[in-house]
Amino acid sequence: MEQMMEFMKGLDWSPLLISLKTGVVATILSFFGGIYAARQVVKAGPKTKAVMDGILTLPMVLPPTVAGFFLLLIFSVRRPFGAALYGNFGIKVVQTWLGCILAATVIAFPLMYRNARAAFEQVDANLVYAARTLGMSEIKIFWKVVIPSAGPGILSGTILTFARAMGEYGATSMLAGNIPGKTGTISQKIAMVIQDGDYGTAGFWVVVIMLIAFFVVLVMNLLGSGDNKHKKRW
Amino acid sequence: MLQVRIKKKLGNFLLDVDFSMDGGIFAILGASGCGKSMTLKCIAGIERPDEGRIVLNDRVLFDSAKRINLPPQKRKVGYMFQDYALFPTMNVVQNIQAGMGRKPDPKKVREYITGFQLGGLEHHMPDQLSGGQKQRVAMARMLAAEPEVLLLDEPFAALDSYLKWKMEQQMLELLQKVQTPVLFVSHSRDEVYRLCDTVSCIHQGRMEVIEPVKEFFRNPKTKTAALLSGCKNICAVEAMESHRDGNWLWTLDWGVGIRVSKEALQARTIGIRAHFFTKEKPSEGCYSEFPVGEYRIMEDPFEWNVSFRKDRSCEWLQWKTAKTDWDPSEGVPEKLYVKEENLLLLDIDTDNRR
Repeated sequence: MEQMMEFMKGLDWSPLLISLKTGVVATILSFFGGIYAARQVVKAGPKTKAVMDGILTLPMVLPPTVAGFFLLLIFSVRRPFGAALYGNFGIKVVQTWLGCILAATVIAFPLMYRNARAAFEQVDANLVYAARTLGMSEIKIFWKVVIPSAGPGILSGTILTFARAMGEYGATSMLAGNIPGKTGTISQKIAMVIQDGDYGTAGFWVVVIMLIAFFVVLVMNLLGSGDNKHKKRW
Repeated sequence: MLQVRIKKKLGNFLLDVDFSMDGGIFAILGASGCGKSMTLKCIAGIERPDEGRIVLNDRVLFDSAKRINLPPQKRKVGYMFQDYALFPTMNVVQNIQAGMGRKPDPKKVREYITGFQLGGLEHHMPDQLSGGQKQRVAMARMLAAEPEVLLLDEPFAALDSYLKWKMEQQMLELLQKVQTPVLFVSHSRDEVYRLCDTVSCIHQGRMEVIEPVKEFFRNPKTKTAALLSGCKNICAVEAMESHRDGNWLWTLDWGVGIRVSKEALQARTIGIRAHFFTKEKPSEGCYSEFPVGEYRIMEDPFEWNVSFRKDRSCEWLQWKTAKTDWDPSEGVPEKLYVKEENLLLLDIDTDNRR
């Protein structure tokens, strides 16, 4: 018991905070970006759709290190774009928390986009048509008719996005690095301490991340079940 | 006043519709997939016709020549879907308010709730409502948006037959009260007969006839109209060489000659309603005989349906008779008779008068 207290006291809690912050910000960015992208893809013609869908899904099917490579190629301060960004606005992505967010967003975004798209595609088109004949504006239709009908799909997309963003490792380690207290996320911490053979600390963080994941899924499920409490069980 | 003249390519046929209506209830009757729902969708602006013009009360909704295509929001056309398309995530009140603009007048909402007997259901979600209640909500929601014409797409198709009759009564009362012109699409002749004033029929995308509803059923003019009006026996005919006793039409599928008056020789098709056959020989006038070589009997709750034909080379005919008039225990008659005035003369060839 005393040993445990000792362990807790000596523990650096920063990975938890960094992971949570990164997860939340990346989820918010992916949420709006993914919904917007899904809306545009659903509206587009079949050929445009295929191309757009391919590009938007790519980060999910590529190894994260490949995404990390491209991100470095763009944002490294030794490259034109990254240099311009740093020179003109003082914005540095590589080796900063911004890099964490960027990497996590790029990797998790396709999950949000694909779930939103699937949810939009199964919205009954007659509902949208009916709304139009009733004189509802397109924006109102989107927020009052489409989004609520697509709710469950968007919700599960959000859960998966958050889980993926929080656990992101590959691209993050390349772009943001593992600077304790700054860019050191839980996943990176686990990988680091394992290399030192410190199974105790690694195990602790594994438990933390599992608890968070389970809690998030549980909360989202309970929130979501409000809408479909009239659904039949089978 | 609604004027519609549109063309649209649909799969393997061309939708070609041209009509105008002014008040009352106008029905479009047709088999499923004939293009009747598509016509409504084009008027509402949900689908875009390839060419043509749609005008509603002096407002041009669509004109391919002038490149006018108003969005559905600006057309003031009410559309009721077959499945009602109620918003599943909104309750009854929210559904009705959907088309009432930014700030719905609570007094008006109240009027619709009471007017459509939805009191007590205000906060129910659509999936908690019965079929009839859903239809009333859909109706209230449509009328609350104050449309200038109502399009009803098979409004009773989703109801079971027990409810249907009651809902038809309510709908009729309501439509007479609101005084908005109604365009009604259906494949059910009974609904159309009971509810509508004018009827037209569509076959393979082409609108064939536009007639007052009573005339349409009493005296259909085309094969499609006869079929849609419920005529069971329809057959192509040819005029026979002049005969010693009068004029005869030869029925190609039934293998019998039909005695008719001279004017009837221009018909290319004839129809005989199943209940117009009689087992007694008419005592006077012009009539035809149908030999019953083979038969099959089917029982309905209050009627007998007898299919019969002359022999195996011929098509089946249908005879329907009330149980009070005949019973199979009496034996199937050897011959059935039809009076000339009960023949439907269809597709009359006006160019080729004899």
